[in-house]
Amino acid sequence: MENQTESNYIKPIAIVVRGLVKHFGGVYAVDGLSITIEKGKVTGIVGPNGSGKTTLINALSGILPIDDGKVSFDGVWLSKVKSYEVSSYGITRTFQDVRLFNQMLVLDNILIVLTERNVFGSLFEKHSDFHLKRAEEILRRVNLWEKRHELAKNLSYGQRKLLEIARALAMNAEIYLFDEPFAGIFREMAKIIAAIVNELRVQGKTVILIEHDMNLIRELCDHVFVLDSGKLLAEGKPEEVLKKKEVVEAYLGE
Amino acid sequence: MEYLIHLAILIAIYVILSLSLNLVVGYTGLLSVTHAAFYGIGVYATAILATKLGVSFFVSILIGVIVSSIIALAVGMILNRFKDDYYALGSFGFNVIIFSIFLNWQDLTRGPLGIPGIPRPNIFSINFSENLIFLMLVVLFAVLVYFISCFVVDSSFGRVLKGIREDEKALQVFGYNTHHYKLSIFVIGGAIAAVAGSLFAAYISFIDPSTFTLNESIFILAIIILGGLANLRGSILGAIFLVLIPEILRFVGMPNEIAAQMRQVIYGIILMLLMLYRPQGLIGEYKL
Repeated sequence: MENQTESNYIKPIAIVVRGLVKHFGGVYAVDGLSITIEKGKVTGIVGPNGSGKTTLINALSGILPIDDGKVSFDGVWLSKVKSYEVSSYGITRTFQDVRLFNQMLVLDNILIVLTERNVFGSLFEKHSDFHLKRAEEILRRVNLWEKRHELAKNLSYGQRKLLEIARALAMNAEIYLFDEPFAGIFREMAKIIAAIVNELRVQGKTVILIEHDMNLIRELCDHVFVLDSGKLLAEGKPEEVLKKKEVVEAYLGE
Repeated sequence: MEYLIHLAILIAIYVILSLSLNLVVGYTGLLSVTHAAFYGIGVYATAILATKLGVSFFVSILIGVIVSSIIALAVGMILNRFKDDYYALGSFGFNVIIFSIFLNWQDLTRGPLGIPGIPRPNIFSINFSENLIFLMLVVLFAVLVYFISCFVVDSSFGRVLKGIREDEKALQVFGYNTHHYKLSIFVIGGAIAAVAGSLFAAYISFIDPSTFTLNESIFILAIIILGGLANLRGSILGAIFLVLIPEILRFVGMPNEIAAQMRQVIYGIILMLLMLYRPQGLIGEYKL
């Protein structure tokens, strides 16, 4: 009954991927993938190592050029995604391998995404009180305000991951791509990140989460895509999808 | 005394060169080894305009800056396609091209014969032919360049430059078209280097192409690495240090027949030891 009512109205769409291909030489990391990501939901992307999760996110954010297929952000179709343009579609991300501006202050790591993008404008601006207030608010959210005058490279691994998420929050985006934000960090910090993901959902933002921990996927995600060898293996509600035989096999082997 | 003034003028000129290169290499992380080319463009602009057309010194500075900026813009667009080591190699190629233009475009530059008789500036009845007065002019320019550099690196623009150095690809995802920034700072660096060139031409009064080889670019690079990358005061310290060491070694009192060679050897050893024990430079915090 519930399924029926759901399909009776058109769901708002954040991202559509159609026939996406990305290969490295002869290896097809993403192989003709087509998925549709709903707006305002937390969507999980799971799959064994090498299944193309990160490559998908890299292609969506323009870090890697798309070899074939197209994507649509908020209704705009693109066959070539330029990394410096994705933010104008309201997309931001974190990186699996934590890519901060290491030899810069924690505070500057946040301010840099708040300030002027125009070359001439930026030359005659430092940062406004508004920028600073916003940076404080965000850094306090991840308990890093006290560390604002330290270099980003001197933070612990977990703090670095939090700073990366803070940097994404500072973008005030509509779509957040989080690449394994929970990997390798302590429980207290994981709680903060989970809370942030939930807050974003409440605010109506779209979150795409790559994650290996199935409990977190069940707890946080509305929808989940399972990838295997660059193809879509299964999709649906987490509790249903994760029980499927082919999904379990893909993860655990035969 | 004249000797000390001479050294001070050289130091001030190298301060201008190293501050401007530091913006490109230290702050933005673009390993450019072509600074002597822009330096040379400034030198030849002033030399040619002053001797052939009688253009006043300050106008020739302006023209040198404009020519250097336009060339930097064109070269920067090509270099932006390269990364890291390839960037260094590409910029090295440009230095070679400019050097051979200085050497072979004989109608314009007189090639290896050089251009003699470049006059000192003369304005508001101040005669800059007195070295001490010329020193003041050079120091004035050096101070000006220092404050311009401070302004650039303290702005949001400067923050973006550092971001490019740290992770250009990641920075792009946050909505920055980093090519524009890289191009801008490369042009700013080239323009400032041309100012140093104009000052040098007017000071030394005779110039030939041999000054603007790759060696000179590497010397300027050595100043900023030694002083400390991404540290403006480091560049000043590095310029003082690298100009003075060979001079100080003159007074060590080595036998005449080996003095010159020994100076080079000791100079090289000092540089190697410094890099071994202080890779971040004298007062820098950042390593390439």
